Amino acid sequence: MSVNIAILLSLLAASLWTVLTRSLLRSAIGLALTSAILTILMIRLDSSLAAVFELSVCTGLISVLFISTISLTHPLTRKEILAHMRERRARFWFLPFLLIALGVILSLLKIKPPIDLPAPEAVKEARNVLWSLRQVDVMGQIIVLLTGVFGVVILFKERVKK
Amino acid sequence: MYAYLILIPFFSVIILNLPFRTTMKKAAFWACLVLLLAQMCLVVFSAIFPGCSFFDIFKTLFKLDFTADNLSRVLLFSIALILCVTLLVQKSILGDKERIFNFVNMLLIILVGMNGIVMVRDIFSLYVFLEITAVSSFILIGFNQDLDAFEAAFKYIILSVIATALMLSSIAIILLLAGDTSFSAIASTVRLSPHRLLISLAVGIFLCACFIKAGLMPFHGWLPDVYSAAPTSVSVLLAGIATKTVGVYTLIRIVNSVFVLDRSLQHLLLALGAVSMIAGALAALGQRDLKRMLAYSSISQVGYIVLGLGAATPLGLAGAIFHVFNHAVFKSLLFVDSAAVELETGTVQMDKLSGLAKRMPVTGFTSVLASLSCAGIPPLAGFWSKLIIVIALWASGHYAYAMLAVLASLLTLAYLLTMQRKIFFGKLGQDMAEIEEAGPVLMLPALILAVITVGVGLLFPFVSILLKGNLLGG
Repeated sequence: MSVNIAILLSLLAASLWTVLTRSLLRSAIGLALTSAILTILMIRLDSSLAAVFELSVCTGLISVLFISTISLTHPLTRKEILAHMRERRARFWFLPFLLIALGVILSLLKIKPPIDLPAPEAVKEARNVLWSLRQVDVMGQIIVLLTGVFGVVILFKERVKK
Repeated sequence: MYAYLILIPFFSVIILNLPFRTTMKKAAFWACLVLLLAQMCLVVFSAIFPGCSFFDIFKTLFKLDFTADNLSRVLLFSIALILCVTLLVQKSILGDKERIFNFVNMLLIILVGMNGIVMVRDIFSLYVFLEITAVSSFILIGFNQDLDAFEAAFKYIILSVIATALMLSSIAIILLLAGDTSFSAIASTVRLSPHRLLISLAVGIFLCACFIKAGLMPFHGWLPDVYSAAPTSVSVLLAGIATKTVGVYTLIRIVNSVFVLDRSLQHLLLALGAVSMIAGALAALGQRDLKRMLAYSSISQVGYIVLGLGAATPLGLAGAIFHVFNHAVFKSLLFVDSAAVELETGTVQMDKLSGLAKRMPVTGFTSVLASLSCAGIPPLAGFWSKLIIVIALWASGHYAYAMLAVLASLLTLAYLLTMQRKIFFGKLGQDMAEIEEAGPVLMLPALILAVITVGVGLLFPFVSILLKGNLLGG
């Protein structure tokens, strides 16, 4: 349990770094790192199939898509980044306090769902899950990725051409 | 058979982007148009011959489980119709082959997304197709690559992500309780589970997500900016069918087939519907930008649909579904007319326009028809759907809501007639003497939609038989 909590904390740290880092490229790397940590957590929770998907799609494919998109954008100057960060700090200074307050309140309430969590399922055959049980969803995920690629081409590549 | 409505557009996108791309670019527009017309024919054919299994010959190849009842069929037909209109509007605005090709690709992807939404019977698959539609809508909103469009696209994606997060949280709770994500399994869990608090939480969260996606007040923050900043063809798509499929259809389907429409939920729907209907109409009254006014009008009309759903009777449901179709037709027609005005005058600011009916008679005439249908003036199509909703509310004892619906109709008439007076009637502006009617590619969809508005209204006895026999039975 304590290992899982430690992984959760590192997941939180990676997510915060992803959101707060100055460079878009570092942000994309942070996202890949977050996904990789999530994969470890999923493996520890006996969801190996979901873990494989998280690793291949989020850490792999999506990162490639992000980095190729970032290569088509015009980076901000250091001055602009600093101004943007100052503005963000002024607007959202209360968020960390709110998060801590929420955490304290939730831990004091000691909420426990009134249900017994199901035992982790035995690993099903991947082919059966993907091709028979969730064929529609797999196809849907492929289309979402395809849409992302089209989005990059239409919104970024053409703009660079212009 | 219905799996083909997903597979064919999906494989069309792949084929269009394979080698021979130059040839494909020339054929893309016509291929998409034929595909959409085929979808309309297929839906009508399957409604007339429900037992025909001619199209099931390839069933063994794919194990995709898609089904369509009569509610789905109405949506499938509306989706194909409005996408046809969107394509024609885009073609008339944009001559560039490369841009049209990209637009066709996005249109085919959004077609897959919306068709999937109306044909799945699994809440996680529903979420996946909602995502396809949301991502492609986001790209289409920013299609013109100007600053306003990007800002609107950003607002849309942020609100959409919030709705998605809410939906996923709800699905997680439901999966925990039901152990399955199929509609039937969830429906029985919702009815029988002893964990009422968790069920209420999951239902509440999911409904909030639907309200955001439908743009219902007070969840409408993104909608006016998006409709006014997006390319006009995309506004036709979003106002006509996309938000109706993503938000309103999902709400109708989930409330009717999955969750229990108990008294508290019914009162919530009625209250939100009434607020949306009245506040949307009042906000539309104060607008000077034509597209922004139509956006607020959409919020108001969604209020009617939700009121019909909140009546919790078969008649109310039929009225709601009928109004979804009618709204798709008359709102798309109004946006097509706004596209014609924008194309010819370069502005949609109502204060800068006047007397355009003299120079653009077809646009002026179809715009009057759409406005009257939207306001619920007989014998146009909008009158019947509003009448059914009002009767359903009255018959179920919700007299105050029925009267509010009539009052909102008067407000609708007020803002649409103000718009007509400002843009189309009165003295022709001095700088508008050279303006001409928009081209035939833009006039064609306007005329088709006008014919549907008048035709459905005049032939309502036949439509009512269809409603009674099919929609309610389905």
